[in-house]
Amino acid sequence: MATHESHKKRSGLMDWLTTVDHKKIGILYLLAGGFFFLIGGLEAILMRIQLMEPDSKIFTGELYNQLLTMHGTTMIFLAAMPIIFGFMNAILPLQIGARDVAFPFVNAVGFWLFFFGGLLLNLSWFLGGAPEAGWTAYAPLSTVAEDTGVDFYVLGLQIAGAGTLAGGINFLVTVINMRAPGMTFMRMPLFTWASFVTSGLILFAFPALTVGIFLLMFERIFDANFFNADMGGNVLIWEHIFWIFGHPEVYILILPAFGIISEIVSTFSSKRLFGYSAMVFATVLIGFLGFMVWVHHMFTVGLGPVANSIFAVATMAIAIPTGVKIFNWIFTMWGGQIRFTTAMLFAVGFIPTFVMGGVTGVMLSVPAADYQYHDSYFVVAHFHYVIVGGLILGLFAGLYYWYPRMFNRVLNETLGKWNFWLFFIGFHLTFFPQHWLGLMGMPRRVYTYMSGQDLDGANFVSTIGAILMGAGTIVLLINIVISASSKYATTKDPWDGRTLEWAMPVPTPEYNFAQTPLVRGLDALYVEKTAGNGEMTPAEPVGEIHMPNGSILPFILSFGLFIAGFGFIYANWTVVIVGLGVVLVTMFLRSVIDDHGYHIHKEEVEADIKGGRA
Amino acid sequence: MNAGERLTDANFPAHPEKATLEGKNKFLGFWLFLGGETVLFATLFGTYLGLRNMHLDGPSGEELFSLPLVFLATMLLLTSSLTSVYAVLSLKQNKVRSLQGWFIVTLLLGLGFLGLEIYEFIHYVHEGHTFTSSAFGSAFYTLVGFHGGHVLFGILWISTLLARNWNRGITLANAPKYYLFALYWHFVDVVWVFIFTVVYLMGKVG
Repeated sequence: MATHESHKKRSGLMDWLTTVDHKKIGILYLLAGGFFFLIGGLEAILMRIQLMEPDSKIFTGELYNQLLTMHGTTMIFLAAMPIIFGFMNAILPLQIGARDVAFPFVNAVGFWLFFFGGLLLNLSWFLGGAPEAGWTAYAPLSTVAEDTGVDFYVLGLQIAGAGTLAGGINFLVTVINMRAPGMTFMRMPLFTWASFVTSGLILFAFPALTVGIFLLMFERIFDANFFNADMGGNVLIWEHIFWIFGHPEVYILILPAFGIISEIVSTFSSKRLFGYSAMVFATVLIGFLGFMVWVHHMFTVGLGPVANSIFAVATMAIAIPTGVKIFNWIFTMWGGQIRFTTAMLFAVGFIPTFVMGGVTGVMLSVPAADYQYHDSYFVVAHFHYVIVGGLILGLFAGLYYWYPRMFNRVLNETLGKWNFWLFFIGFHLTFFPQHWLGLMGMPRRVYTYMSGQDLDGANFVSTIGAILMGAGTIVLLINIVISASSKYATTKDPWDGRTLEWAMPVPTPEYNFAQTPLVRGLDALYVEKTAGNGEMTPAEPVGEIHMPNGSILPFILSFGLFIAGFGFIYANWTVVIVGLGVVLVTMFLRSVIDDHGYHIHKEEVEADIKGGRA
Repeated sequence: MNAGERLTDANFPAHPEKATLEGKNKFLGFWLFLGGETVLFATLFGTYLGLRNMHLDGPSGEELFSLPLVFLATMLLLTSSLTSVYAVLSLKQNKVRSLQGWFIVTLLLGLGFLGLEIYEFIHYVHEGHTFTSSAFGSAFYTLVGFHGGHVLFGILWISTLLARNWNRGITLANAPKYYLFALYWHFVDVVWVFIFTVVYLMGKVG
């Protein structure tokens, strides 16, 4: 095989801008997603400060609406999903014994699209005001808004969404084509399974959002009439399209958390996951049913009792596979040698919290009752129990669990426990009282309430809770900063792991596996440990390793769309043409420049193995 | 063997588009992408079906559509799908000149289709059926325009691909690219069959 000598080692900033290594892209996703998480969290705390006292006048009217819209949009699209993608990138290829994802270049494109889309959306704060139509951007609220806020929402999400779709396809192909010998589907770790199903949901849900956003963009920028009733349009089309995307989206968010919890519960109970195949089946079933329930967001629209009933039954059905999962986690812990590390604390905290969110979900799925709950704080409490109490606790758990693999350091366990208890108690203080606020009639999305309606106390407690959650997050930041000290250096397998991501030395070699491992059972590494090997049996001799070249093109391509986005927002067609021109030229360059990657020579790999680096 | 090396009849694999891991990944990834594209067009079709009678004072589809013109466009596109099949057959037989010839015919037929569509749109605008005239107008131009945009992208794609690989023969690196273009072109064709049925035929029967 001819070697390609075009490989240049880049360093510093240029390395990060051009990387196509899934491990580095995972870190980029985690950093960018973490940054947006802090912004979204700050917006939440500002809202809670406004609602702390009745008749408060700190952030009112339009500004409150902007905070509300940006909090939801940022947390869903720019914080939660990218952090999930961060873990998927960093861990999934390792778990299946692959050297990279299927399309490393596309992977980089996906990251930079998300990054520039998120940046565009957040720049709206400084350029005439953020969007104020809610994260759901219901028409006609979103179509009649005069300022450019919703235009930033439309263009920012369109660009970020394209990146997500590219990521989804990438992970699907990676799982199907890149598994190591012996890594059959039914031996894949649950996190990989959950990521696989999530990627399928992304593939079939995001194009609906793409179209919805295009329609809204055409309506606002090119005077189309999809949602304009005067011209024959119909606002319900937006609601349908948004929720056909939006409901699978919540499963896109929660399934990876289920996967993370499954890994952690199994590892720290030192037991094989209870009911593995039932867990896999439940994951797939939840993913499937997730497409059948979007109308439960629209029960009060008036689609009629038949439509409402069908979607109600489908919604309730999801409780069954979810319940299977809850029981399996509990049975995994039952009789296990449980170690309450911070990761395990978050996982154990997750289980009852998520159950509470699930129970209110079943309550909301009853259409007759939903007429009472709809648009009240009860709904706010419900979805924060599943998204924060479910997903975010799962992401914290995953961060503490995989931090050693991603950053070659362990996080401090004492600070970790402070992080957990502050966040966990803060979370329940914030959202538990909101159930009652909703049942007592407090509407969501409204910036104030009057005193003397028995709403004061619960709102006050809720704000205190939000501040505690903020404090918990600050503890995490401190923990991350101090982990840079070499005192926190880690070994390759700090948790007595069971799956392949713990099989290689730290730092993870750039080619992951010097020799592709042979997988001989579920919990591949644990199988070898019990067989007395302690490490994986290779499936191939040491040889040349083919690697993709880094490239700046993904960055430039995404930057081109970023420029074009500004052009569309300000209806400046020169800027649009320049931006799209940059995109087309980048695509053209990618097509005509041959880039077959480079090879790491056998001698280098052998030297790495001898030196304990691979 | 180097993926960029010209294949000979002696070392020609049965499925050159899937002979490398890269090719296999592209093949599968593109099929999945087309799955996503299906949802994209399904959403556009849904929107169109919801709004197709909302033409207000402007002309309705029944008054506007001229089936002979659309039939001609359909024939051009269907034939171009057939010629792209011939190109893929040539690919599998390592006949690069024949492949180029058939893809050029495909490209020309695609251009013909696009020309007819532009003519049709200009005609409609003169009849008072514009993007902003009604919800029907917005939905019609968005659905049909998205398809036309796909045709245009396909034309740019195959042009670049042919030009770049003109003197290179068939290699393990470019075989998946030719094959994927053909898949894409078939998909665009299938979408048109649905547009022909849902927009034009159903439009004509009211």
